[in-house]
Amino acid sequence: MGYTLAEKVWNSHIVRHADGKPDLLYIDLHLVNEVTSPQAFQGLALAGRKVRRPDLTIAMEDHNVPTIGIDKPIADLTSRLQVQTLRENCATYGINLFNMGGTEQGIVHVVGPQLGLTQPGMTIVCGDSHTSTHGAFGALAFGIGTSEAEHVLATQTLPLQPFKTMAVNIQGRLSPGVTSKDVILALIAQIGTGGGQGYVLEYRGDAIKDMSMEARMTICNMSVEAGARAGLIAPDTTTLDYLRGKPHTPVGDEWNAASEYWLSLASDADAVYDAEVTLSAESITPFVTWGTNPAQAVPISGSVPDPDDYSEERERSAAKKSLAYMGLEPGTAMRDIPVDIVFLGSCTNGRIEDLRAAAAVLAGHRIKDGLQMLVVPGSMKVKAQAEAEGLDQVFLDAGAEWRFAGCSMCLGMNPDQVPAGKRCASTSNRNFEGRQGRGSMTHLVSPPVAAATAIRGTISTPSDLRKIGTGK
Amino acid sequence: MQKFTVHTGVAMPLQQTNVDTDQIIPSKFLKRISRIGFADALFADLRADDNFPLDSPRFAGASILVAGADFGTGSSREHAVWALMDHGFKVVISPKFADIFRGNCGKAGLVAAKLDQADVEEIWSAIDSIPGLELTVNLADQSITCADRKYAFDIDNYVKWRLLEGLDDIDLTEQASADIESFEARRPTFLPTVR
Repeated sequence: MGYTLAEKVWNSHIVRHADGKPDLLYIDLHLVNEVTSPQAFQGLALAGRKVRRPDLTIAMEDHNVPTIGIDKPIADLTSRLQVQTLRENCATYGINLFNMGGTEQGIVHVVGPQLGLTQPGMTIVCGDSHTSTHGAFGALAFGIGTSEAEHVLATQTLPLQPFKTMAVNIQGRLSPGVTSKDVILALIAQIGTGGGQGYVLEYRGDAIKDMSMEARMTICNMSVEAGARAGLIAPDTTTLDYLRGKPHTPVGDEWNAASEYWLSLASDADAVYDAEVTLSAESITPFVTWGTNPAQAVPISGSVPDPDDYSEERERSAAKKSLAYMGLEPGTAMRDIPVDIVFLGSCTNGRIEDLRAAAAVLAGHRIKDGLQMLVVPGSMKVKAQAEAEGLDQVFLDAGAEWRFAGCSMCLGMNPDQVPAGKRCASTSNRNFEGRQGRGSMTHLVSPPVAAATAIRGTISTPSDLRKIGTGK
Repeated sequence: MQKFTVHTGVAMPLQQTNVDTDQIIPSKFLKRISRIGFADALFADLRADDNFPLDSPRFAGASILVAGADFGTGSSREHAVWALMDHGFKVVISPKFADIFRGNCGKAGLVAAKLDQADVEEIWSAIDSIPGLELTVNLADQSITCADRKYAFDIDNYVKWRLLEGLDDIDLTEQASADIESFEARRPTFLPTVR
């Protein structure tokens, strides 16, 4: 019997195996941020321990940094102290830190791949659940808590129980206008927020093979929203093409050895998965959430569901609670829902292709009067690239705000928050109660839908613009 | 870490599914750099609702949380576990925990007891009909005693052992430092480093 991709990566990182105990797994790359690390460093200091491998660790200022006025000290004093604490810890332990405003700064899950630090077959952890993003390269990448981060800092390993594997087959090919964001929202709607619990999801099928690395990252990013700790996609020529020439990618003979190894990681034909789920790519249309968890989503052509239509009491009461929070009536067409704010950015959809897709829709249009649109590049590199392509001007001409890089309004730890009672169409990953600010209401959407929604002021797809005759 | 063997305490119901870590502790409280002092942040937005049980006199001093399925989904913030512990919770019971949250519980010393949905619902109705009801959680035999009923819960064997013994994970791993060193000597040279 052959091995799955997940098993191959797992098996190649076992430091110690003993029956009845978790495997001790080696960690190839540890990403650190200002929010979930201070207590880990504190624990390290209290125990008199050192960072075992600062050369396999990078730190990023991303979660609570402002996206305007970044040349000034951070106005929020607790945020400033937290960033300062990261700087001191990195200086103490000799860890490479990417400061806000620096040319390589950004959301760590955007920066890792663009530096070539994310490579197939690696184990990557970070005190952030969206570490699953890096799985797009065939790396086993997952979020950890602060105690685990301390453990990795001290030992460069983690004791872990093996995950189960689930094959997610996206069969057939996507229709034009359908993005990888729609695929992952459709999957989560089907299997639920707990559907992937205990599993690593491996995305397979022609629709996945057709996708760019950035589109694959969007899918793997939201694996955690299905309850899975990690998502994976087998390395292929698309992966190699992306990696070639990146700052930390091997060159020469090392490249040859590495790329041969990377391609060998794909699941064997006779590998057996613990579970399997299949979606037809052709049947997927642009998706949008209506509720307060990412599984509460429907095609944009649909409407807000009626809680009474659910057979289980638990689902009924959850839907009622979500609708009360979201201020929505059952039966309302999704396209009739007006929004106040549009957020384009995050580790889910803050890459250059996302900005291009949104800019292509916005070009020649103005966003709706009274609506605010925030465009936050996922990294300073993405920002520079977008500016080189003139995308910033498209956004500004349309009436949107063009910001510096960071996590921003995805979780509202910096000043970029959705005010209470306001409704946001967001390209981020979580529509939880209060996620984007206390009392904020979030609808998760793809970048093209975000742009069309900004123009019309109600949840829309680019095809709606053509229908009303204001499109190109 | 403190040893956990048997705990008896007042149980508080949380009859909702999908209580994510943003609801357990909103992100604005994550800017703090200490590991303690998060009790005020626990369920900060939810408890603004007068019907939320946390501040009800009926559940004063509660130390066992009996939650619905998919508890602790979303963000990896361990602050969610610290806030529960700072408020006095020793045990969380749910039919289904999110992976990262459950892992964080095991590291920090909060018992995450997985119990069948039907059993959780029985406990909810017992709490409803008996004010001040106390449950007893026995980790060694993985049982929860509620009124005259006894339920068996699931917990990872290794985590159970560590909690019973009060063992620190890093200490345990440092015993394998020779294995770590020999693994490091075998790592492929093409793997990236940042210096």
